[in-house]
Amino acid sequence: MRRPSTAATALALIPFAAMCFSVSLWDRVEPMVLGLPFNLSWLIAWIVLTPLCMVVAYRIEAARNARGPDA
Amino acid sequence: MSAAAVCLAIIFLIVAVGAGIGFLAGVRRRMDLEQWTVAGRGFGVLLVFLLMAGEVYTTFAFLGLSGWTYSRGGPTLYALAYLTLAYVVSFFILPPIWEVGRRHGMQTQSDFFRVRYGSRYLTAFVCTVGIAAFVPYLQLQITGVGIIVSIASFDSIGRTPAMAVAVALLVGFVFAGGVRAVAWVSVLKDALMLIAAVAIGIGVPLLCFGGIGPMFAALAAARPTHLTMPGATTNLGHAWYVSTVLLTSLGFYMWPHAFGAAFTARSADTLRRNAVVMPLYTLSLAFIFLAGFTAVLAIPGLANGDLAMLTLVRRTFPPWFLGVVGGAGALTAMVPAAIFILTASTLFAKNLYRPLIAPTMTDDQVARLARGTVVVLGFLSLALAMFTSTTLVSLLLIGYAGVTQFFPGVVLGLYWRRITTSAVFTGVVAGVAMAVFLMLAHRDPWFGVSAGFLALCLNFVLVVLVSLLAPAPNTDSDASPGTFELRPSVG
Repeated sequence: MRRPSTAATALALIPFAAMCFSVSLWDRVEPMVLGLPFNLSWLIAWIVLTPLCMVVAYRIEAARNARGPDA
Repeated sequence: MSAAAVCLAIIFLIVAVGAGIGFLAGVRRRMDLEQWTVAGRGFGVLLVFLLMAGEVYTTFAFLGLSGWTYSRGGPTLYALAYLTLAYVVSFFILPPIWEVGRRHGMQTQSDFFRVRYGSRYLTAFVCTVGIAAFVPYLQLQITGVGIIVSIASFDSIGRTPAMAVAVALLVGFVFAGGVRAVAWVSVLKDALMLIAAVAIGIGVPLLCFGGIGPMFAALAAARPTHLTMPGATTNLGHAWYVSTVLLTSLGFYMWPHAFGAAFTARSADTLRRNAVVMPLYTLSLAFIFLAGFTAVLAIPGLANGDLAMLTLVRRTFPPWFLGVVGGAGALTAMVPAAIFILTASTLFAKNLYRPLIAPTMTDDQVARLARGTVVVLGFLSLALAMFTSTTLVSLLLIGYAGVTQFFPGVVLGLYWRRITTSAVFTGVVAGVAMAVFLMLAHRDPWFGVSAGFLALCLNFVLVVLVSLLAPAPNTDSDASPGTFELRPSVG
């Protein structure tokens, strides 16, 4: 199988960094955002931002596939 | 009509309509093995979405998450992260799995291991671990139906009759319509679950505290540590969070039913598009968190946290709405149970019974055996749910740690040429053994890190080391990088 492009992989690492590895930076109650504790609002924000990262990754992979299997 | 009668009528109506949709989905189609297991590889983005959403949002999401939020607090946030990230992982692994699946006519996860590694014993091992992992998961769903229906009917229906009716119906529609039935019942299930989750998540804090903001302000003042990690626990801190999110997001598509759902897609692109949009569905879980957090101050002191959300709904909403929640909850248990039974039966008939006991069986005979196994498994799981206690929940976590050990064999098998069959076998056996041992010895988390994650690390290292110990294969430069190597199919 052909490996995914570096750009798509890097885009996929953004949500991992934001939602997983950086937990000690955002696991706090204050400041509350729209009445929600900070950690909950942070994760909800990234649930929405993750598809944006993946749309770009999708475009990159689709363009690469359109150029043919060996591109 | 009394409150209980209203609830009962609504629950009954919802379950009947759901089962009806399931039966209709399989009508007028010849159900050969390919139709029954992977729906002829014809699902577009919407049906793949519904099938995958249908199998993700189980009774664990419905009752377990609000229960964890109630009893443990902050650590429960891992669920929002891992589901979102599982779809990110699926963007990279499901399309190539689909490609090789179409090329080699795969219908199950064990087919993948058989074609890629050519070892009858490795395939049988993977297949057995997969089936064993389903047992507690299935039992949990059936028990969930019993709990939901008995609470939502104001205890006028016992748990046992509720479970028996649910099992009979789901066995019926799986038998008749296979995976197509499961996807179509999900339409109703997901619509209802979404309505219920939003109404509960917004309505419950509003009725108890006057809004979501005031609820969190009250909770932050009264129980300031409950909202962050480790919450009400002592050992579920940040190391646990990172290792568990990694374990579960990487392992999510290693569940045989989730893996198999990839084969139902019409194209690899369908799966890629699906991976982009699926994370948004995780938002519906956030509403369930709100209900769990509200329950902390509104109904303190419940012995069983899993009952928190339904108890709160029963107290704050009119009976007809409790009926909608009960019906949605019952379908939320039945749809995943249906796909587990379907997958386990196919694995048993196609990847265990035929290769080991009756190699001359035709595909049609395998299909007949698989459908027969559905009935047997249905009643077996009902018996388990009736006669065993809740300790099976801890077995579910072992199941998760077990199936995740397939990850190196799948991912390195797709992308790394040098991987050897004996390396994968060594890694997966060591990983499963370590996970089961640590968990049975109550060493999970071990030094603050998820035991399954440690087992996965050991597994990865072993697979790479043992593969590198083998002499480097002659680099056949003529093989194009797009090909999936076929190995001779001998044991």
